Amino acid sequence: MATIRIDQQEYTVRDGDNLLQTCLSLGLDLPYFCWHPAMGSIGACRQCAVLQYQNEEDQRGRLVMGCMTPVSDGAIFSLQGDKAQRFRKTIVESLMLNHPHDCPVCAEGGECHLQDMTVMTGHRDRSYRGRKNTHRNQYLGPLIHHEMNRCITCYRCTRYYRDYAGGTDLAAMAAHDHIYFGRHEDGVLESEFAGNLVEVCPTGVFTDRQLVHQYTRKWDLQSAPSVCTACAVGCNIVVGERYGKVKRVHNRFNAEVNGYFLCDRGRFGAGFVNLESRLEFPALRRPDGRYDALDHHRALEHALRAMEAEKVAAVGSPRASVEANHLLRLLVGNARFYPGWSRGEQGAAIRAMELLRDTEATVPDLAQIETADAVLILGEDVTNTSPRVALSLRQAVRNRARDMAGELRLLPWQDAAIRNLAQDTRNPLHIAAVSNTRLDDVAASHTCLAPPDIARLGAAVLEELLPGEGQHFGDPTVDALAQQIARDLRQAKRPLIIAGAGYGNTTIMEMAAELAAALCHGGCEAMLSLCQGEANSMGLALLTGTGGARVHRLEDMIVQGDIDTLLVLENDVERRCSRRGFKLLRKHVKTLITLDSLDTATTSLSDLVLPTASFAESEGTLVNHAGRAQRYFPAFPPANERRPAWFWLLALAHERGIEATSRLHQFDEITRHCAASIPALAGITEAAPRSQFRAHGLRVPRQTHRYSGRTAMRAALSVHEPKQPQDEETPLAFSMEGSQRDTPGALLPYFWSPGWNSNQSLHRYQKAVGEPLRGGTAGSRLLYRQGHATLERAAMPGAFEPRENQWYLVPRHAIFGSDELSALSPPLRELTHPAWLEITPAAAQALQVIDGDGLIIENERLRGYRLEVRINPSLVAGCAAYSAGHAGTFGLLPGEWVTLQKDPDWQRREPAVIASDRGGVA
Amino acid sequence: MNEPAPSLINALSEAELAAIDAEIAHMPQRSGAAIDALKIVQEHRGWVSDASLAAIADHLHMSAAELDGIATFYNLIFRRPVGRKVILLCNSVSCWMLGSDCLTQQIRDRLQIDFGETSKDGEYTLLPVTCLGACDKAPVMLVGDDLHESVTEDRVRELFDQPGAPNG
Ligand code: SF4
Ligand code: SF4
Ligand code: FES
Ligand code: FES
Repeated sequence: MATIRIDQQEYTVRDGDNLLQTCLSLGLDLPYFCWHPAMGSIGACRQCAVLQYQNEEDQRGRLVMGCMTPVSDGAIFSLQGDKAQRFRKTIVESLMLNHPHDCPVCAEGGECHLQDMTVMTGHRDRSYRGRKNTHRNQYLGPLIHHEMNRCITCYRCTRYYRDYAGGTDLAAMAAHDHIYFGRHEDGVLESEFAGNLVEVCPTGVFTDRQLVHQYTRKWDLQSAPSVCTACAVGCNIVVGERYGKVKRVHNRFNAEVNGYFLCDRGRFGAGFVNLESRLEFPALRRPDGRYDALDHHRALEHALRAMEAEKVAAVGSPRASVEANHLLRLLVGNARFYPGWSRGEQGAAIRAMELLRDTEATVPDLAQIETADAVLILGEDVTNTSPRVALSLRQAVRNRARDMAGELRLLPWQDAAIRNLAQDTRNPLHIAAVSNTRLDDVAASHTCLAPPDIARLGAAVLEELLPGEGQHFGDPTVDALAQQIARDLRQAKRPLIIAGAGYGNTTIMEMAAELAAALCHGGCEAMLSLCQGEANSMGLALLTGTGGARVHRLEDMIVQGDIDTLLVLENDVERRCSRRGFKLLRKHVKTLITLDSLDTATTSLSDLVLPTASFAESEGTLVNHAGRAQRYFPAFPPANERRPAWFWLLALAHERGIEATSRLHQFDEITRHCAASIPALAGITEAAPRSQFRAHGLRVPRQTHRYSGRTAMRAALSVHEPKQPQDEETPLAFSMEGSQRDTPGALLPYFWSPGWNSNQSLHRYQKAVGEPLRGGTAGSRLLYRQGHATLERAAMPGAFEPRENQWYLVPRHAIFGSDELSALSPPLRELTHPAWLEITPAAAQALQVIDGDGLIIENERLRGYRLEVRINPSLVAGCAAYSAGHAGTFGLLPGEWVTLQKDPDWQRREPAVIASDRGGVA
Repeated sequence: MNEPAPSLINALSEAELAAIDAEIAHMPQRSGAAIDALKIVQEHRGWVSDASLAAIADHLHMSAAELDGIATFYNLIFRRPVGRKVILLCNSVSCWMLGSDCLTQQIRDRLQIDFGETSKDGEYTLLPVTCLGACDKAPVMLVGDDLHESVTEDRVRELFDQPGAPNG
């Protein structure tokens, strides 16, 4: 600790921070632009100038940059000093020489850091009378809007994009007063994390393109704390709504999970909530195949009648909340509850849960992943399955740079110095995958192997760590690599092994777990991370459990058939079955009832559809890949007869007289019941405060205190202002009244503080800059280091043997397209491709196909699969990789052998044109 | 995604590649030769087109954006076509005091071009420059590779009277 003086006031502060951090942590207003809590200082913008005095006698002081000045005992500073104030005011003015002053039409307006800083410095009158530069803006794809004239050249964008996220297609062009931040030519930004530019850029240069086209100011958004449902990482998000539409998704800081950044799948993937095709009323199928809309009483009546049948079964879902799955299982009984995974997914999901539950290693969330000092990824394409993990790994490989800096007594925030010092020095990251990955540029080694061989590589590394029966890979290069990997892992203090369900191969995950166990035995703090398929895969696996209960497979159930009534909860059975299985669904089920928020192939087959509220209109608990239970809250009430899935199910359970549910009436009670009846889920009640929570006697308001137009908003429909909806289920209110002070992290609906309208206000909610939220970190860990599995030594898995004229199927995930819900979001739909099959150039030659041709895929089980060819030179020989989760590949199973044949009738696609490339509005 | 292979048109010539490779040989990293490579290509082609830029970037294992950041940072790497000769007319203090404004006007009138423009016959591009380091001989200008010192109106007339055949 150091004692410093700022404007005659003494403060005891943390040594080694820079003065800017210190001031912000103390709650003092010091303007800044280029410094970023996650990216450190470079001293580029000169906005954070303060006066520093040498000693008591020094009356003049000298100007120093707050963000570049470490605080040290006895230092004397002044923020208020006349010279410093004038300097800062002039800096804003000079940074804005070319700024068009177009706040009224700028999508940043109202939450603009530049606006805030301008007001903070007191700059008002411009003295510049010259001509301003006008730049040509670029088309950067459907996600991000570019308006270069608003730039103040703080360099945050390129520092984030290039240095932090590893992107290569955004740079600072030209120099002095025609500097330009953009691509070398128009085109979609390549980084999967480009969307963070929207929050990183302190001005309106990079804004959310969707929001620009359906604009609402931040102060007019009604927001709620939520959790991204687009993958199993569970990043915390803020969902902002107006006029019953989700307008945008912003990052919600969680010190243990996503920190300051999201991936683009999550940020731009919520658009499905706004789809016109979503049902607002229950729908009953008529004999002619069309549907009648019903009110919810009649819908429930119909459902109950169908449930009186003898054989009633239900299908749960890894994308539905823990609560909804729990109620569904209570409704039909354990024996008739099918978790709803496909054949390929089920084993992997359950096994991943067991391995994580039983491991002695730490199961890390993102922030812990960033502390790893050696990483081995065994067969998981993290950028495409759990995207945000890839961004964290890019930070992990820089730990060595920070160590080097520490040795030279550089401070962690001295970003330019550290990058200069470390250059390309990185912590070891070893990747084994079936083809190239997007992290190869920072990897120490990257090997392409077929999934069974990836497991063997794991076994060979294990052999090096714990010499045993002399199991080697058998290939001198791979064995040498295994030695190298083992050496790197052994030397690490916090080695991390990553595997996952991505290739549907449980042996790889088991190997990963054994490696982690071996490292734990070696005495280090090893970590084990297993990526999983969907937002609540882990929750469903914990709910389903393994203990003796037979785990059902959805497809087997359908094929065996003989079901009178089947209830499907938020699940599209088509995605989980072979084509044959899905066809049999209608034949083997007399009455099909679906509860879903989307219009899917399954809802269109159903006899009765109960429309459920999406994650943005309801509450629920999800358990992420690291076993962290997190709660999402509705940003707005569901329209018309849409109801949360739990509400429909509870109503059905009550009517059916299900004893266990008779005392359950509210959402919280379901959560508590679930926690009480399933030990593995006991911690879910801690995910967020219950609905009775009040801050200073009031609920937490979803609307800002400047929320405007509540009367005008609906005036076109009716001049009567309806009563604000009441929220009985959560501690939040659809209101402007209430207090955000001391709000727990799990309940923060947005970030705002007087004078800080932009997301930079976050520091006012943190214990200190960059540290956890004062109200506590959201979420509760269900699997925190309980495991103590004994180290087992599995036999060396069999080697991959390529076959003549047959191909081994491997799933290939795509950040945009493989996840069901986000792929429906309009901007992401532009970036998805129709289903495809990747083959090697040699295979293409043998099959006489080129890129864009069609292939017929067959084996004893599969018929009628036709996919577009993509030649991937990095793919392992003998494998064919299909685009997982894309319509056209449902039912293909990982590890299946298939024959391929050129499709003579294939119509080649026109080269894809992105709609907004034509100048259209997305 | 896989990058399309460079087509024949944007490929670099043998001579260019050889010269660039010679520079790379002196550098600890390929990208260290970025500026030299840009200069080499400009020498051969007069300017650096988008296609050339992409080809150079590829050869140096850099992204096009990264290389363009460097190319556009330097005023004398031309990212647009220029005339056969570039006139760099100094407008910094010494030259300005000794009449560079008049010379500018004269050249504009004679060649019918403004700063940043190329004469119709493709012969000249006129650019301002801030000090050519010959202040004692002000006003000065460079025409192509030739430095002209203590330029007078007569000299300008002499140089540009017969467009297309300057007697440097
Ligand atoms: S575009 Fe934004 S982030 Fe980039 S330099 Fe300009 S103001 Fe800063
Ligand atoms: S898709 Fe996954 S990684 Fe991306 S923001 Fe959502 S939870 Fe995070
Ligand atoms: S924030 Fe300190 S110089 Fe930019
Ligand atoms: S001022 Fe013209 S050469 Fe220096």
